[in-house]
Order: sequence, then C-alpha cells, then structure tokens
Amino acid sequence: MTTSIVVDNVTKTFRYQYQRTLKQMLRPDRRKREAAGEGDQLEAGATFKALDGVSFEVKQGESIGLMGLNGSGKSTLLKLVNGVMVPDEGQVLTRGRISGLIATGAGFHNELSGRDNIYMNAAMLGMSKEETDAKFDDIAGFADVGRQLDMPVGNYSSGQFARLGFAVAVHVDCDIFIADEVLAVGDRPFKRKCLKRMKEIRESGITMFYVSHSAGSVKKMCDRAIVLDKGKVGFDGDVDEAIKYLHYDGDDDEPDSEESEVDERDDALASDI
Amino acid sequence: MSTSTTSEAVPDPRPVEVRHDLAHVPLAPPSRTSGVLEVFRRRYLLRLLVRREIQARYAGTAFGLLWSYINPFTRFLTFYLVFGLLLGRGLGIQNFAIHLFAGMVLVNYFTESVTAGTRSLLSNRGVITKMAMPREMFPVASMLVSLWHSVPQLFILVVACVATGIWGGGPLWVPDAVGMGAALLGFLIIMVFGTAFGLMFSCINVLFRDFQRIVQTFINMIPFTAPMMYPYWISYNRFGGGVWHEIYLANPVAEAVQLIQRGFWYPTCDGPCAMMPNPNGDGTTIPAPEFADHLYTRGFVTLAVGLLLLVVGQWVFARLEKSITERL
Repeated sequence: MTTSIVVDNVTKTFRYQYQRTLKQMLRPDRRKREAAGEGDQLEAGATFKALDGVSFEVKQGESIGLMGLNGSGKSTLLKLVNGVMVPDEGQVLTRGRISGLIATGAGFHNELSGRDNIYMNAAMLGMSKEETDAKFDDIAGFADVGRQLDMPVGNYSSGQFARLGFAVAVHVDCDIFIADEVLAVGDRPFKRKCLKRMKEIRESGITMFYVSHSAGSVKKMCDRAIVLDKGKVGFDGDVDEAIKYLHYDGDDDEPDSEESEVDERDDALASDI
Repeated sequence: MSTSTTSEAVPDPRPVEVRHDLAHVPLAPPSRTSGVLEVFRRRYLLRLLVRREIQARYAGTAFGLLWSYINPFTRFLTFYLVFGLLLGRGLGIQNFAIHLFAGMVLVNYFTESVTAGTRSLLSNRGVITKMAMPREMFPVASMLVSLWHSVPQLFILVVACVATGIWGGGPLWVPDAVGMGAALLGFLIIMVFGTAFGLMFSCINVLFRDFQRIVQTFINMIPFTAPMMYPYWISYNRFGGGVWHEIYLANPVAEAVQLIQRGFWYPTCDGPCAMMPNPNGDGTTIPAPEFADHLYTRGFVTLAVGLLLLVVGQWVFARLEKSITERL
C-alpha cells in the first residue's frame, strides 16, 4: 500500500503578538500591566503551540475526516499538508499533486473577473493553459454563477465565491484532495453536488482530507477520522468512535435543538447521494 | 480525476494502486521549490500574474494606462526646468533633454521595481496564505511589470532621438552596435539588481512593516545619485577622481544610466558631447569626458556583482519565506 501523507512529530508555534510599535517597546502600557497582575501578563515573545507533536500516516486512497473544536489546529494542519506553511519541528511529506480548499474559498483576486480567476487559480494549482481550456466549461458549469462569470469576484456573494473556488479545486488532476468546511456556505443543491463530486474523487483512488463539524457527512464520506484536541491528536481511528469522543453524537446533556436539526439535515443530505 | 468512475452505485473493484497509480512518485515536502528557477519553470503562471498586475495597477481610474506616462512626464518636466533651464548654464551638455530622459527611463524602472517588489508579498497576501506556489513569483512579476511600463518610455526616447537628428543641429541619430549593446547591458544591470532587492525587501517588509516606508525614503534619493540631470564630469571634478569617485561609480544605477546614455544620447551629439571650464581658469571651455573610464568593464563587473546579489537575495528569501505565511 502506497503512503500518501506522512506527518511526523509536527509542531507549529505561533506568537500572540508579532508586530510591536516602538512606543510599545519603550513604554509598556502600565495600566494594562497593573490590571493583569504580575504573573499572567502576556509577554511580548509569548507563544502557543497550534500543533504539538502531531504524527500520523495516510495511505493512498484513504479518506480522512479531520475533526475538532474551533481553534484546535485543523486549518494549520491543512496548511502544512498543502505546503502553504512549513512546520517548525518535525516534517510533512506528501506524494503527488495537491488540490483543494482552505477555509472556504481559494485565493482569488477581487478585481479580476470570475473567468480570469478560474484561469489564475488553476495555474496556481499547477494546471497548464491547455488543461484549463479543456476543463473550463466543466468548471464554469459546476460553479454555475451564470452571467456573473464576467463580473469581478469582489462583487460576488460569499456563496458564489465559495462555489467558484470549489469548482476549480475539484477539476484539478490531483493525488491528494483537501476540503475544508466546504459545506459551510452554499445552498442545498450545491452541497449535494459537492458531496457527489467528492464521492467520485474518493472512489477514483485520490486521498481525501475532509474537515467538517458535521458528524453525519464525515460518517458518510470518510473511513477514518482524526480528532485534534488543542493541537494534539486526541483520537485517530474509527469514525463512529471519533464522533463519540467529540460528543457530537447527540448524547449531550443539553442538546441544542437547532444544532441537532442541522446535523439531521446534513445526515439526510449525505444519504441522498 | 482522470480515472473517475462511471457508475456510482457499484464500487470500483480494482485496488487503489491500479485506479490511481502513484507508486513511482516520491514522497516530498509539499512546500519544496527550487527558488527563482522554479519561477521560470512555471512561465504560464508568471504570465498570468504579470497580466493581472498590469490590469490591476490602474484599475478603477479614468486615465488608466495614461498614468504610466503622466508621472514620468511631469517628473521629466520638473528636472528639465530646474536643471536644464534654471541651472543649465555652465553644465555644458549637448541635447540635455535626451541626456536626462535616457537616464530617467532606467531610474524609473529601478525605483518602480524596487518599490513594487517590496510591497509584492504583502499586497498578495490573500493568495499567499491559501495557495502553495513559489512565492518568488510575486517580486519577479513586479519587476517584469515595471519593465513592461518602461517600454513606452523607451519608445518616446527613440522618437526624441530621431527628431533631434532631423530638426536639431546634430547628425542623424543612427544607433550603433556598441551603443545598443551598452544600453542592453544597462537594462540587464537594473533588471538583476531590481530583482535581487525585490526578493530581499519583499520578505523583510512582511516581517517588519515599516520597511516599505524606509525604502520609499531612500528611493527618492536615487534620481540624484546618477549622472542624468548633471553631466558626469561634475562628479569627477568634485570628487577629484579619488575613492569617493569610485564609490559614486559603484552605484549600479549610475553605471546603468551612463550605459543607456552611451546608446541613445551619445550618437545624437555633434562634436564633443559635454564641455567643461578650462582648469587654468581663462574662461574658455574644453571637451569633457562624457562617461567614466572603462565604462564597459565597469558595466560587466557591476552585472557580476548584481548576479551575486541575486544569489544572496534568493538565499535571504528562502530563509525568511518559511515564516511569512503566519506573519501576513
């Protein structure tokens, strides 16, 4: 079995505050210091670990659900796998071309039209002009933003923006596909289209990294789940157990009616496809 | 997705390795690139970035591309009025306007590529924080956009040279091979130094946001450090040909400006291009050196230094690039 992604003891550290003004350096705010007390004030160089000793391996063709609460390090991990960031310690190795979305919506230039952005984005993901030309109609059809394709994307609605980004990403010939909260925006027909397309991607043997808070769709899409908990791997293995680990299975003491309703709808959507 | 499934109901029975063959591809860090060389390997993306930058620079303005003529023109007019007409007596330069404008083509190119290069990473942060690609693309693209903007100026320069030959007193302007080679060398020098500074400064500017203001402050001094609004011999006279003179000439912009003047201004002259007061003080003038001695040797040495600086710039970029994404 070919290994697709190796994450080996990866640590990524961030500072609380990067840019300081001369004034802050020379004259630290006394009031703030007094209010904070002596011990727990934030020092200028104070850091936190967004990822702390994360290790796992992904086999080719596996589809991994990455779960965890907000701020647990999911997006940082995706950025490391995708190559946007470099780990401070440890190493990340991948095999083949990577495509996908980080935090709903690709890097678009607001002043360019949707059409130009499709070409630009595809080129950034490593596609040639001929490749993009050949797939352009599919991409435009998938995004389905109509005549707004020739309008600057800065004027798009957030839903249209995400659709365009997703449409480009899923049409790249990739070996690893990253999907970060793709279902957060977009209406129901589009969600259905996305899930269907992701299922195709998965079945073609492409490794998939799927981030979602919806237990239902992870259950449908993934055959293994990794749960991040404050930057560490809290759980790695069976999807059902991961959901139990996160208490996403609805056994909460005070179930939020709206949330479980959304979950049910996602479940329904997932079984639709 | 080349092997996407035809029917969704029946799972493909073939094993993953057959459906999507990857065994021959090596495991590698996803962020690894080969630096500036990678930029030229992905020319198509570079072309798109350059085109976007050109479209975006004056987006939303009524005058649009005209601004890349208006700014240099007003600057030229200012320098011409002050140095050519107000202070002009005693400078002794033939065809002063061409002497000045030839230099300004390269000076504008240099200042524009350094300032735009310095800002390039910061102004593309939306893309950089989400897409993995060689980040060297952005400073290099800024440099190429500035080069593209100097094309119309070069065109105006040629027209001016030809017009001076026809209506002016001098000989018809005929470009010579040596002169054109010199001008090309001047462009190459500015291109290499502009890229090297762009690479270094763009990274530093992300880590230390004051940097673009510091660069802006120093870039305003550049037009005065090259012999274009005053003749070369003045610097030679004032510095007395010593160490300071060598330092003055070590400036790549000063060197490049003389090279492009050799290509365009020098052939327009009738007789000696520049005159200076006779050192014995009898009030007469004698022919002055137009350019520094060993102009071409100095040019090639400057280019070599520039290439070295480019390697250093790439090294700095590679070192600092790792921490850029989280600081944007």
